Amino acid sequence: MIIFNYLVFPGFLFAIIIGLLTVWYDRKITARVQWRVGPPWYQGFADILKLFAKETFIPATAKRTGFVLAPFIGFSTALLVAAMLGVAGLYPKMSFTGDIIVLWYLLMIPSIAIIFGSSASGNPISQVGSSREMKLFMSYELPFVIILFSIAAKAHSLSIGGIIEYQRANGANLWSLSGIIGFVVAIISTQAKLGLVPFDIPEAEGELASGIMLEYSGSLLAIFKLMKALLLYTLPLFLITVFLGGMNLQGFGILWFIIEYLLIVFIISLIRNTNPRLRIDQAMNLFWAILTPLAILSGILSYVGL
Amino acid sequence: MSLKMKAFKKSIWVYHIACSPCNNCDIEILDLLTPRFDVERFGILLVGSPRHADALLVTGMVNRLTKPRLIEVYLQTPKPRVVFAFGSCGISTGIFAGGYNTEGPIDKVIHEVDPEGIVVYVPGCPPKPEAMIDAIVKALKAL
Repeated sequence: MIIFNYLVFPGFLFAIIIGLLTVWYDRKITARVQWRVGPPWYQGFADILKLFAKETFIPATAKRTGFVLAPFIGFSTALLVAAMLGVAGLYPKMSFTGDIIVLWYLLMIPSIAIIFGSSASGNPISQVGSSREMKLFMSYELPFVIILFSIAAKAHSLSIGGIIEYQRANGANLWSLSGIIGFVVAIISTQAKLGLVPFDIPEAEGELASGIMLEYSGSLLAIFKLMKALLLYTLPLFLITVFLGGMNLQGFGILWFIIEYLLIVFIISLIRNTNPRLRIDQAMNLFWAILTPLAILSGILSYVGL
Repeated sequence: MSLKMKAFKKSIWVYHIACSPCNNCDIEILDLLTPRFDVERFGILLVGSPRHADALLVTGMVNRLTKPRLIEVYLQTPKPRVVFAFGSCGISTGIFAGGYNTEGPIDKVIHEVDPEGIVVYVPGCPPKPEAMIDAIVKALKAL
């Protein structure tokens, strides 16, 4: 049963399918915002299949091992995070103490894999992208981890199951002043983790010609795209788990869960469609000077009990 | 038709190369992405790197300066790949025929390095967006 849970539902296979459908949902919203029709529902699957069918280049200047290894590292970690979160949401009793810290570390690894791969590619533009990714990574992790620990302190538990059970007993974290501030900070950090528009500084198609992904082609690019799709499924799920009480699959709970999930992706997609790209110094300023104090404020408020 | 070929036809990613055009064709290409024509309905996306591309949109007349660059970018595009030769200048060198720096139409330049390369002509000065969509459909049928 547990193997079925990890491999099929709500583990690997489910996460990939929902992730690719979410990519389509995001693109469809983008299209509707711009008054276009948008792609058909199978677009994500078609893109990945096509990329697997294409030739894969490894540039002569690249360091082969790192260049080929990076997508697999990122993809397998994203897959593991998706499966862990899904299983912990399904059976809150089964999560172990400290798994929120494990998840937090595992969620960092896709960004590190991107830095790793793009600096191994031997392309100077890619390396500019990788240095920007590194700076962005250092800026968004700080408010994100403060929020995470204030929530763990509020629930008196370091496990996902504990946080979910605390919310089932006392109402979702979002319905309090500290929760609202925390949610805003967490959703902006999520946006940066996903590399979407106000924070797509490392990818910057206009100036860096898709920066970090520049030298990837064929199946390696497909694996990176799958990793991004998985993160687009995992991070909203993580927000639901931490702020909205996790998934409750009994009765109307499943409907409520789907609505929450679609709504969070919708917010992320709207932010991406209505904002211009920030400069890297502006992004660091935003995270360190504005969002970190807000995160600390949210922690203090939750300690006081608001 | 295999599943992979089907997926390929539903997801053409395009990289735009300007071989010193007058920018008329480029503006018409942008029309394809607007709500009126919206080629993303068919899965067509504009990408920032030739490594991600399936199709190259080449506009303008290839001259001595841009020829080596066009060939370089063409060879960097992973197979299977298609080239769209846009506008009168691209398909026949247009009003620059016989000029001192003319290196010939795009299909000739591409076939020098890759005799098997698929080149699709899109005539017009500039071509209408409907003509471009028609050319894409014809290219996909030929694949």
